[in-house]
Amino acid sequence: MSTLLEVKDLVIKFALRTGEVTATNGVSFTLQKGERLGLVGESGAGKSVTGFSIINLISKPGYIASGEVDFQGENLAKVSDERMRSLRGNRISMIFQDPMMTLNPVLTIGTQMTETLHQHNPGMSQDEARNIALEKLRKVYIPSPEKRLAQFPHEFSGGMRQRIIIAIALLTDPELIIADEPTTALDVTIQAEIMELLMELCETDDMGLILITHDLAVVGQVTQNIAVMYAGSIVEKGATSQVISDPQHPYTQGLIAALPQSSRQGERLNQIPGMMPTLKDIPPGCSFNPRCAHVMDVCKIEVPQLRVGKNGNLVACYLYPLKKEQR
Amino acid sequence: MMTFAGFKDSFLWYSFKRDKIAIISLLVLVLLVMVAVFAPLVAPYDPYDPEMIDIMNSEIPPVWEDGGEKAFVLGTDSQGRDMLSTMIYGMRVSLIIGFGAVALQAILGVFIGLFAGYHGGFLDSFFMRAADVQLSFSYLMVAIFMSAILQAIVGVARFGEIAVPFLILVIGFSQWPQYARTVRASVLAERNKEYVEAARVAGFPSAQIIIKQIFPNTLSPILVLSTIQVANAVMSEAALSFLGLGMPIDRPSLGSLINSGFEFIFSGAWWITALPGLLLVILVLSINMLGDFLRDVFNPKLYKG
Amino acid sequence: MNDTLLSVKNLYKHFDISGGFLDQIKFSQGRLKCEKTWVKAVNNVSFDLAAGETFSVVGESGCGKSTLGRTIMGLYPPNGGEISYRGSRIDGLDHKQLLPYRKKMQMVFQDPYASLNPRKTIRQALADPLRFHNPQLTEGEIKDRIDEVMLQVGSDPQWISRMPHEFSGGQRQRISIARALIVDPEFIVADEPISALDVSIQAQILNLMMDLQQQRNLAYLFIAHDLSVVEHLSDRVGVMYLGTVCELSETGILFEQPRHPYTQALMSAIPKLEGGASTHVRLKGEVPTPINLPSGCVFHGRCPYVNQRCIDEIPQLNRLDDGRQVACHGVEEGRI
Repeated sequence: MSTLLEVKDLVIKFALRTGEVTATNGVSFTLQKGERLGLVGESGAGKSVTGFSIINLISKPGYIASGEVDFQGENLAKVSDERMRSLRGNRISMIFQDPMMTLNPVLTIGTQMTETLHQHNPGMSQDEARNIALEKLRKVYIPSPEKRLAQFPHEFSGGMRQRIIIAIALLTDPELIIADEPTTALDVTIQAEIMELLMELCETDDMGLILITHDLAVVGQVTQNIAVMYAGSIVEKGATSQVISDPQHPYTQGLIAALPQSSRQGERLNQIPGMMPTLKDIPPGCSFNPRCAHVMDVCKIEVPQLRVGKNGNLVACYLYPLKKEQR
Repeated sequence: MMTFAGFKDSFLWYSFKRDKIAIISLLVLVLLVMVAVFAPLVAPYDPYDPEMIDIMNSEIPPVWEDGGEKAFVLGTDSQGRDMLSTMIYGMRVSLIIGFGAVALQAILGVFIGLFAGYHGGFLDSFFMRAADVQLSFSYLMVAIFMSAILQAIVGVARFGEIAVPFLILVIGFSQWPQYARTVRASVLAERNKEYVEAARVAGFPSAQIIIKQIFPNTLSPILVLSTIQVANAVMSEAALSFLGLGMPIDRPSLGSLINSGFEFIFSGAWWITALPGLLLVILVLSINMLGDFLRDVFNPKLYKG
Repeated sequence: MNDTLLSVKNLYKHFDISGGFLDQIKFSQGRLKCEKTWVKAVNNVSFDLAAGETFSVVGESGCGKSTLGRTIMGLYPPNGGEISYRGSRIDGLDHKQLLPYRKKMQMVFQDPYASLNPRKTIRQALADPLRFHNPQLTEGEIKDRIDEVMLQVGSDPQWISRMPHEFSGGQRQRISIARALIVDPEFIVADEPISALDVSIQAQILNLMMDLQQQRNLAYLFIAHDLSVVEHLSDRVGVMYLGTVCELSETGILFEQPRHPYTQALMSAIPKLEGGASTHVRLKGEVPTPINLPSGCVFHGRCPYVNQRCIDEIPQLNRLDDGRQVACHGVEEGRI
């Protein structure tokens, strides 16, 4: 296995009228070829911003303050807009929450797909583009794709639209797909189908996947590794099964314990007190310290680094000793 | 509803502080309105007082021109009235008609828009078709028609006395559909929000829901529309007066002043038309600039907090 | 179930979406016709709800579960059927006659950002309904009631002079619950009250709702799409598909072994925390539109066990030996 993407100490800031706020504070992770990584967190944890920063899609008041996004030897945080455009939608594809945001309502699916292909391969013939589009539609199990190519987005159901979005993302055979809450707007039965599809596609084509979601159960089904974010930092990362069955960070523990599946029917759920701080007033030290049951003096002063927890997960928490050789 | 501290933190105040045009427009507008309100104290002469008018003083140019006199800074008109005083009083008339007409429009339009939008059905269709019909008439046509009738009834001499309420009525009635449509559109957006359903679940009668719950949420578009409508009403009044259908020359508005000077413009006395015209432009421009600023702030598509 | 609070019988709610007269004119078979288009949102739904009970309605978007809740609350007039509260009919009552029931039946909404009026302080949001229903209360008594309810939902009574935009989603939802509680109801329709909230906040709100139920003996009609939440919280569950109830049962029995083919598919789609091999039952096709309901069983186009009877005949809810009710010919015939 070789490394596909390495994010190092990514700091993203937003220049707001009330001052500058830090959206992510030194996020680092690596993604191997064909690896599926879940980026989990509640709203405002910085997971979407991290995903967008990889393809340089952070909207205006936000910017990458420091850090590197190393994609196959190129630092995406520094490349020109032109270079970024040739990577984006070509070698790196993105799937958004709302399919209608990505699809142009006045163009047929066929036109949108072939145009995307021509954008990245100007010499491609119309027939060739059409054939690739058909192949990808078959791949996402769209029935009678020849007929569907001539239809407009509004003629599809929500689940079908998301399949088409995935087909468009696949057009250029990308090495990495970033999916931002791809099934949040969909029903459970359709969500299950889309997730199965994504997983199958990543496996057959050896694609990398970064799945950004708030739903731990979905991540548990699809990804091999998981990074849990809280208030702009990764607090825990490791193998998905390990993190879910034996979480180490008090936040991850609380998050999993709070799910209704984790307690007996009719009993009170194990809630985490308080709420996540807004970016404006992140407390000093560990950002979780005001809500943590195990809080110590040191937690209120210094930000904990990632360290190895009891079962090999990387955890940013003073409950676990820091080893010298860590890196 | 909004406290002063809340206002100081608001996006409105934040944007206002950074918008030079808005600040200047507001300062100019406040200055003009104050001058108009305190006209008897500010103006050097009283143009309504025949005692102070001397026909011998007619058509004196402004001080900076040859033949200007210090007593009449901006010169005099063809009847010997001081231009500055006449313009201040004229602006006062224009603003009274402008604000009065907008108040009438707003009361009619907001009321109709709120109830038509909330209840829908026949009431809604009826008022919206009425609005379409109303807007398909030119207000000028209506005004010409009505003033002709009115002048025939009360006589031209007495028409001058009732000209102000007449103009308010004509401009007010012709423009209510603007308010009704705007308010109806925002009521339709608010009506299905959950807070309205919560109020219905609480058992409040519909009139109370409309006025207490929905109306406060339609204030932003009403405010934006009102600035534009005041400017429009001032312009409409000027147009009507210019055509001789509005204020009589012995109680001139800016429009009738422009009209009265129009015949002298080629005989060299340009200031009788040009100076009130300039004041009208400044007045309308400052209101419109302020309206543009408000629209930009309140437009949710441009709003980035 | 001896203490029946709410009883819904054969409820229908259809929406007229045909628009104006000109939109209704259609040309078919060589003739001009004036035709209305109806969305058949709720069709022949019946259930009872006991005092202090939590009854959940689950289903996917567009299945009519929210419409059902709003029709019960009197926000929409029903097109057919009966709604009774403590034995007396409440459908078709006018505004004044409904007032005594408004105090007993309240509603909590999904979107915490839309359910509080952005121009009203929390105090106004809470005091207005209280004063409306109890005009005899003094200002001091109103303040005491507000303080009490704010404390009960875990909010600081000091916050009541603030505006809704100063609060987070979870806090707003607490205030929405406080607003429902302030008139001291015994029945609350909760329409997806936690689906717009973050996971850790969801747990707080669910706990709050369970605590309040114990303290005040509240009955909930809980409308949700999240099956794991429903399983945790409800005594009984009704599964809706395309406007009809296809299975209605006690929670434990239902989740242990769903019988209706749609319920089976729905449950298999719940992502499980433990991961592992997916046992997801795939359904063919998509949910049909509620404008043209399929004949017979509304699920027949997607059901793996369909036969001719399912296409011809509408199945009724039948009670099985374990007490659950299922509307399925296959189950009735012992095929499934």
